[in-house]
Amino acid sequence: MAAAASMATSLTFPLLPSQGLRGPFTSSLPCTIPQRRFWRKVATNLITAKFELKPPPYTLNALEPHMSRQTLEYHWGKHHRTYVENLNKQIAGTELEGLPLEDIIIVSYNNGDILPAFNNAAQAWNHDFFWESMKPGGGGKPSGDLLDLIERDFGSFEQFIQEFKSAAAAQFGSGWAWLAYKANRLDVENAVNPWPSEKDKKLVVVKSPNAVNPLVWDYFPLLTIDVWEHAYYLDFQNRRPDYISMFMEKLISWEAVSARLEKAKALAAEREMEEERRKKEEEEKQTDGEAVEMYLDSDTDDSEAE
Amino acid sequence: MALRSLATRKTLTLGLNSTRLTQSRALQTFSLPDLPYDYGALEPAISGEIMQLHHQKHHQTYITNYNKALEQLHEAIQKGDSSTVVKLQSAIKFNGGGHINHSIFWKNLAPIHEGGGEPPKGSLGWAIDTSFGSLESLIQKMNAEGAALQGSGWVWLGVDKELKKLVIETTANQDPLVTKGPALVPLLGIDVWEHAYYLQYKNVRPDYLKNIWKVIDWKYASEVYEKECP
Repeated sequence: MAAAASMATSLTFPLLPSQGLRGPFTSSLPCTIPQRRFWRKVATNLITAKFELKPPPYTLNALEPHMSRQTLEYHWGKHHRTYVENLNKQIAGTELEGLPLEDIIIVSYNNGDILPAFNNAAQAWNHDFFWESMKPGGGGKPSGDLLDLIERDFGSFEQFIQEFKSAAAAQFGSGWAWLAYKANRLDVENAVNPWPSEKDKKLVVVKSPNAVNPLVWDYFPLLTIDVWEHAYYLDFQNRRPDYISMFMEKLISWEAVSARLEKAKALAAEREMEEERRKKEEEEKQTDGEAVEMYLDSDTDDSEAE
Repeated sequence: MALRSLATRKTLTLGLNSTRLTQSRALQTFSLPDLPYDYGALEPAISGEIMQLHHQKHHQTYITNYNKALEQLHEAIQKGDSSTVVKLQSAIKFNGGGHINHSIFWKNLAPIHEGGGEPPKGSLGWAIDTSFGSLESLIQKMNAEGAALQGSGWVWLGVDKELKKLVIETTANQDPLVTKGPALVPLLGIDVWEHAYYLQYKNVRPDYLKNIWKVIDWKYASEVYEKECP
């Protein structure tokens, strides 16, 4: 296995300034629907772009005594690094090279019939998201919009904690548990929700096996806990429930979760407007010959702007 | 197994009085099998700490939760609560599978001075040479499959008892080998969950796979093979 060779290298942690995993031309949208035209351009312009291992937003001993430096040295320095390195090797020279990480995840998920790049791409993304879900001195209780939504959708904060904990504990085998914002969408491609309402935009707790994450279901992830054994074995051995409680009580960065929620809401609204606009355009195109010409014009404008 | 005997007994006792029914369905529970060697006896290939946690904590937890699920199943069947019966299947597969798999795994291991690492003898040895070319190439193949397995699971050498043929398979999580085909009988299973090696080998699963062959005991595998392919 190629991973084995890179795994065996000595423990060094160069804290390089990096562009982060998303790569320079990636939209910072956590959940964009890939657009064909965009891919082609990026792919031709950025043949040599590589994903870089981004360090957590704190030092490796900053989460002690709850999560040890040793755990982070292996988890970030070895596991996360290997996913990123293997992804770069795997996509080099393929049509996936140069795509934003989120797009690689969605394309290689291939509606559940996963392609080889999926595991490395999704795990690279998941770990970044996990590091940023924690902070030294985290835990406690969220506030503002986030708390309101949690109370609306789970009944109470305590009820949410229960649901999240049991999702994380009941993920049989390796995987992740998530809090996600489920925007008003049907799971069927090209289908339109006939009765969209504010209530459709809600928070959900989900678990996922191995590398799978909620991006593939078109949800906006807000918070995650890694329940692969490597995430807690050095500190908690078999005691996964203790690790989960510690994560909830001492490490969650509710600021990060709140910021993600605000972004998700804005993006969901933007997406809705875009869909609305497209729908109108479609209607006009069907009834009006001139509209066809306008559509082509805007297409050309777009390419020039690149 | 227990699931089937419950169902069979139910059919057999249908129509009998309810006292009789309850009595005949006293639930069998499972308990942790002893290891035939000390926790530290597989060192340096597998550390004593790993063996102790793996046996006393992990295997025990599968058994505890398997017994719990069987008890709930028993109740649900008595009540005729089909949706609970169906809901319990994933917990039974996971925890029952964990119990089955680990029980085989312990029998596949032995300290070096008690036969660990000695190549298989008799008909299994010949069958391996015929199917895979040599023991070394079987090992290479199983190690490659084990290293490539995403997440948690097992890599198996099994025999298809109908085709009388050796097979290498992997299963996810605690799925037992039989989930890959009803005729498949496990001979040798290697646990590639991180809990099987992490304290000692950390992220380097291939090194664990390389070293475990030093303590693999082929006696159990040979016995099962000879029984299935006399």
